[in-house]
Amino acid sequence: METIIAGKHITVNEEGYLTDVHQWDEKVGEAIAADANITLTPRHWEVIKYLQKENADQVALTIRRIGKSNVVDIKEFYQLFPLAPLKTATKIAGIPKPAGCI
Amino acid sequence: MKNLVILGAGTAGTMMANHLHAQLKQPEWQINIIDEREEHHYQPGYLFLPFDIYSPEQIIKKIEDFIPKEVKLIKEKIDVILPKENKIKLANGDELPYDLLIIATGAKIAPEETEGMQGTEWQKSVFDFYSFEGALALRNKLRDWQGGKLVVHITEMPIKCPVAPLEFAFLADSFFSDKHMRDKVEITYVTPLSGPFTKPKCTEALAYLLHEKNINIECDFAIERIDNETKTMVGYDGRTIPFDLLVTVPTNKGDGLIERSGMGDDLNYVPTHKATLQSRDYANIFVIGDASNIPASKAGSVAHFAAEILTENVLLYVNGEPLKETFDGHANCFIETGHGKALLIDFNYTHEPVKGTFPFARIGPLSLLKESKMNHVGKLAFRWIYWNVLLKGTHIPFVSATMSESGKIYN
Repeated sequence: METIIAGKHITVNEEGYLTDVHQWDEKVGEAIAADANITLTPRHWEVIKYLQKENADQVALTIRRIGKSNVVDIKEFYQLFPLAPLKTATKIAGIPKPAGCI
Repeated sequence: MKNLVILGAGTAGTMMANHLHAQLKQPEWQINIIDEREEHHYQPGYLFLPFDIYSPEQIIKKIEDFIPKEVKLIKEKIDVILPKENKIKLANGDELPYDLLIIATGAKIAPEETEGMQGTEWQKSVFDFYSFEGALALRNKLRDWQGGKLVVHITEMPIKCPVAPLEFAFLADSFFSDKHMRDKVEITYVTPLSGPFTKPKCTEALAYLLHEKNINIECDFAIERIDNETKTMVGYDGRTIPFDLLVTVPTNKGDGLIERSGMGDDLNYVPTHKATLQSRDYANIFVIGDASNIPASKAGSVAHFAAEILTENVLLYVNGEPLKETFDGHANCFIETGHGKALLIDFNYTHEPVKGTFPFARIGPLSLLKESKMNHVGKLAFRWIYWNVLLKGTHIPFVSATMSESGKIYN
């Protein structure tokens, strides 16, 4: 479905995840973060850029893997993106929600 | 004479030995396969062993019974791969040069990755069923377990056979019902993902299953540690999940050999081109099965389909021709739902599992994404197919290596 985020026409799925990573820009990321009551700091951006790179390399994202990334430890990951950090951070980063096979 | 070396004589390695023995010119090429083990295990059987549905004898055979006589089987531990020198070094000091290498060393559990998992409760109230020893110990535990809180848990993705933990929960429901003690067992399914099903069509078609079987769900659970004293799992978000019996799928990792050789990612999987199955770093190395980092399910069916395509690409490579980018991540999996029924799913990198019939449009006889007794019969028949057809690299009639959209309902 199509929606407007940060003044741009963006295609998202039922859960609000971008379906086309190319429609993402930093303003879009900020708007999705604001929706989740998160103000993005430089630390948030470091994590977001890392997630986007991993996604581009087709790496399956997991919490513990992110914890071992040397970018952020798991404790801080939970502080930056409270409750369900991986779900929230991937949504802000404009990449798909980590999924299983079914 | 040129040397082709296959590392690992599990599902993928054995299939490649058979395919290449039939297709690669010999004696111009000598095919070697290295594996230190004596036994070949039918790993899908580990799901049934804890419930006394299969016996150990039904899921274990000798490796050498499935390797063609002209293929040289070397039963020795592999020390390291030296990819820049095109050599394999064995633990006994021998060196084996190769012209073409196929890595099929698989994936295995790494419970040591989680604090407390191998603590005092390991194999007392904390079990895995992804190893033969674990599945057998769990069988002995379940034979006289009196009931309580049963927690079925996935530590982190990716894991081999991603649906197996869900099948375990379904079979447990069935098992305890048959023993007339279902009311004494509380089953909880704990996953690091956002739900038991994460693909839209599956969620729509299968959400009823857990409700119907009275299985509780805890989603988005990232485990920090297991507290052995209180028998609880502690999550990074502070959640605690108590258990009387924990059946966990520990972190899965590629073989230690990959780490020793400096060829893996942080989970020891080898970076691999997902459509050609060629190593990303070395042109004369190919990777098949669970050992690779391709974004397909880690499953025997994926290795089976990949083997047909890899065989083509190996032949192209030795003839100096360009490789075909044809592997589509095709997977075909039966999912046991208990009480004599099963589901079947058929999907690839780009197409999620949907409803329909398989392998023939409208006719079936198997139904996709829908419980049926016929699918359960298919799952049990698969053990015979595995030993007698699949490992020998024989093409399964009517089932193509790449996924067919025929018979599937996408809208």
